[in-house]
Amino acid sequence: MRFRRRDDLVVGHFAMGVVNQSRVALVTGGSRGIGLGCARALAAQGHRVALTYRTNPPPEEGFLSIAADSADPESAEAVFGRIEEELGPVEILVANAGFTRDTLLARMSEQDWDTVLEANLSGSWRYAKRASRQMMRNRWGRIIFMSSVVALSGAAGQANYAASKAAMIGLGRSMARELASRQVTVNIVAPGAVDTELLAAAGEQRVAEIRKSIPLGRLASPEEIAAAVAFLASAEASYITGVVLGVDGGLGMGH
Amino acid sequence: MDKEAAFEKFKSCAVEVLHVPEEKVVPSARFSEDLEADSLDVVEFVMALEESFGVSVDESELDGVETVEGAFDLVYSKL
Repeated sequence: MRFRRRDDLVVGHFAMGVVNQSRVALVTGGSRGIGLGCARALAAQGHRVALTYRTNPPPEEGFLSIAADSADPESAEAVFGRIEEELGPVEILVANAGFTRDTLLARMSEQDWDTVLEANLSGSWRYAKRASRQMMRNRWGRIIFMSSVVALSGAAGQANYAASKAAMIGLGRSMARELASRQVTVNIVAPGAVDTELLAAAGEQRVAEIRKSIPLGRLASPEEIAAAVAFLASAEASYITGVVLGVDGGLGMGH
Repeated sequence: MDKEAAFEKFKSCAVEVLHVPEEKVVPSARFSEDLEADSLDVVEFVMALEESFGVSVDESELDGVETVEGAFDLVYSKL
């Protein structure tokens, strides 16, 4: 009889066909780069989008923009409280906030390690945990973790960043298992080289080298990553959970 | 809050979160067998009780709590 209370959902789904209703979405680190692309793509699908930013707000209106540092353990509660008040419970979470502090292992300090792991991994965990509470109750939710192609390939000079992004896969897949019975899907998007400030920081020469190694021969635009995220957040993606989706121009093939 | 009123509140939480009929929420009812609750249901229920009663239940305190009575006593002892 475990299916008793889910029957309604399943029957409803087929009776109505797949309907994309307007949902409340949160994109962390949503004021630029891939995050901004995701916020725009979700808004274009008719969702009500909140985003967090650390330093500069997004270049346009139309989002509930909240200044928050995802490395701060208190921030998730404050951010979700504000969104619940103004838009309602978060139904789609894109855990995207992250940054790099690249240096070779021999030169990597405790602080270089800790700050990257704290912001990229622990921050994502906190936001996902907080989001899952309401999603479980609502019997619907979409959580998307922004990992990276380097999670699986590794990258010289990015041991801290690659470790944080690889850990998101284990985190995401564990959550996918825990939350599946509540119709909450959890997926991981692993972008390759994307034309953002974060990549530009690697230097022109390095970017040229990376470009040469990409089968599609070019960098991705943030919109190309956002399109994959918007799909995973949609009603059509209801049977996809625990997936690591590479959006990398073929860079990650074989991993 | 007297014990009877507290149990009524507890019961309405169970009805809402565990989707069970009110008459099934009796002290001897076991979560897994009688109320068909899985581990995630119990976690959700405890979170709802924490909110509703304004108490905090530690993970370790839940060990060995298998019945409605056990859960209610745990929450009531914190009021």
